Amino acid sequence: MGTTPANPLNNGDIAWVLTSAALVLAMTAPGLAFFYGGMVRRKNINSILMQCFMCLAIVSVLWVVVGYSLAFGPGAPGFLKGLIGGFNWAMLKNVSMSAPDPYAPTIPHQAYMIFQLMFAVITPALAIGSFAERVKFSGWVWWTVLWLLIVYCPVAHMVWSHDGIEGQWGVLDFAGGTVVHMNAGIAGLASCLYLGKRIGTNKPGMHNVPFVMLGASLLWFGWFGFNAGSAVSAGALATSAFVVTNTATAAAAISWVVMEWVFAGAPTIVGACSGAVAGLVAITPASGFVDAGGSLWIGFLVSVFCYCMVAFVKPKFGYDDTLDAFGVHYIGGLWGALATGLFAVKAVNSAGSGVFDGNPGQFLTQAKGCLLTTVYTFIMTLVICFIVDKVLGGFRATPEDEAIGIDLSQHHERAYTILD
Amino acid sequence: MKLVIAIIQPYKLEDVKQELYAANVNLITVSEVLGHGRQVGVDEYYRGVKETGNLLRKIRLEIAVNEDFVEPTIKAIIKGARTGKIGDGKIFVVDLPRCIRIRTGEEGSKAIG
Repeated sequence: MGTTPANPLNNGDIAWVLTSAALVLAMTAPGLAFFYGGMVRRKNINSILMQCFMCLAIVSVLWVVVGYSLAFGPGAPGFLKGLIGGFNWAMLKNVSMSAPDPYAPTIPHQAYMIFQLMFAVITPALAIGSFAERVKFSGWVWWTVLWLLIVYCPVAHMVWSHDGIEGQWGVLDFAGGTVVHMNAGIAGLASCLYLGKRIGTNKPGMHNVPFVMLGASLLWFGWFGFNAGSAVSAGALATSAFVVTNTATAAAAISWVVMEWVFAGAPTIVGACSGAVAGLVAITPASGFVDAGGSLWIGFLVSVFCYCMVAFVKPKFGYDDTLDAFGVHYIGGLWGALATGLFAVKAVNSAGSGVFDGNPGQFLTQAKGCLLTTVYTFIMTLVICFIVDKVLGGFRATPEDEAIGIDLSQHHERAYTILD
Repeated sequence: MKLVIAIIQPYKLEDVKQELYAANVNLITVSEVLGHGRQVGVDEYYRGVKETGNLLRKIRLEIAVNEDFVEPTIKAIIKGARTGKIGDGKIFVVDLPRCIRIRTGEEGSKAIG
């Protein structure tokens, strides 16, 4: 137990980070899978479960082979330095199970690697919500492989690695507001614009509302690993992140329900769940920098922005963001990233202070980071969609397959029977 | 008065509904049923084993109409449901001796519309 100069590893920290990695895994499957799965029409739920589950498998393999090295490793050639890592840590070479991690010296390097893997898994999985109910499975597989390597790894590198340029600008992103949520949301928008609308519908099918609530609750549960785990230690900072995560989420669930009660006439479970997820998204970048007061503002306001986006702006523009991955994750992530520049206080974390803590420049720094992520990811995702569509056998399902349902047409497997 | 019963492919329901609305036939009952005719359906796999010959999911429409609407209704269903492939379904037209609207007690042609 304890820390000695010769061996800085701390058993408490290791236990918490490994537990957190498992919690974040549960966010993708079953959490996100059921949250999204309940929202699609009954003929498409298997496709969502399959994509979330296989995302876990595919990204897990890619990550140990090359992904972790590209995202966090050193050794990129000169002109790419600060944008992406090299191959020094490919196949987990030099990623020790016992030596201290370069980023978090009280845990082994492999513990940090496996914790970060779970973030890489959920990010492309979140984007599934934008183009659900209309893609070929093979197209989705190619999209995920390319997107992880070409978009996720460089964006994570720019924000979180030692030499990443956004980190050097001073962008604060505790647990992935820009890297995970804005990134996935804008990728979802680019993909749904490239693919076009679904045939014959423009809203979520909502075939199983209890699944939506089950999934949202598992997301809330797993998110403690996501945010409090991002302290990569089991101390005061993790405790604070845990508290503000729960507070912001609760506030956002309440304000979404109020918004829809006022504007749509009824408080709904799906609304409460959407609000909670929006709150979780918004508090993510701020969770290691703000106190409970700041988290209440972040939570109460995020649902106002996201509700307006989903209920008023989307219908006006008419893009078919099936399950509002853009409306909730991009807008919520953007608000969270900017709000970090407003509400960060040194009393919580000496690494960052925001506008209300006497550091007016932080807001612009945050905005600069958001802009880079948005532009890079939007353009590269369109390129990836084009490559999958034209070179790798097509991205969108045929109109007939879409009508029959992705479950039967792509997987020859249905979720529900009538008899038996 | 006739009762038009149609068995169609589930994914053609939206098209058939649109054609019926276009023909000014607005009162329909829809149920989900199982059955099969001659066709071999979409195969399903269970742990690598192919399963065929299962009962297939279909949609059953029931539409009660006055004589003037019988042909337009049939035409609309065919237009919406036909793909030209086996499995498009069937339409049955049967005589309908009585029809009563529960709310008002009206009978016959008046009660249908």
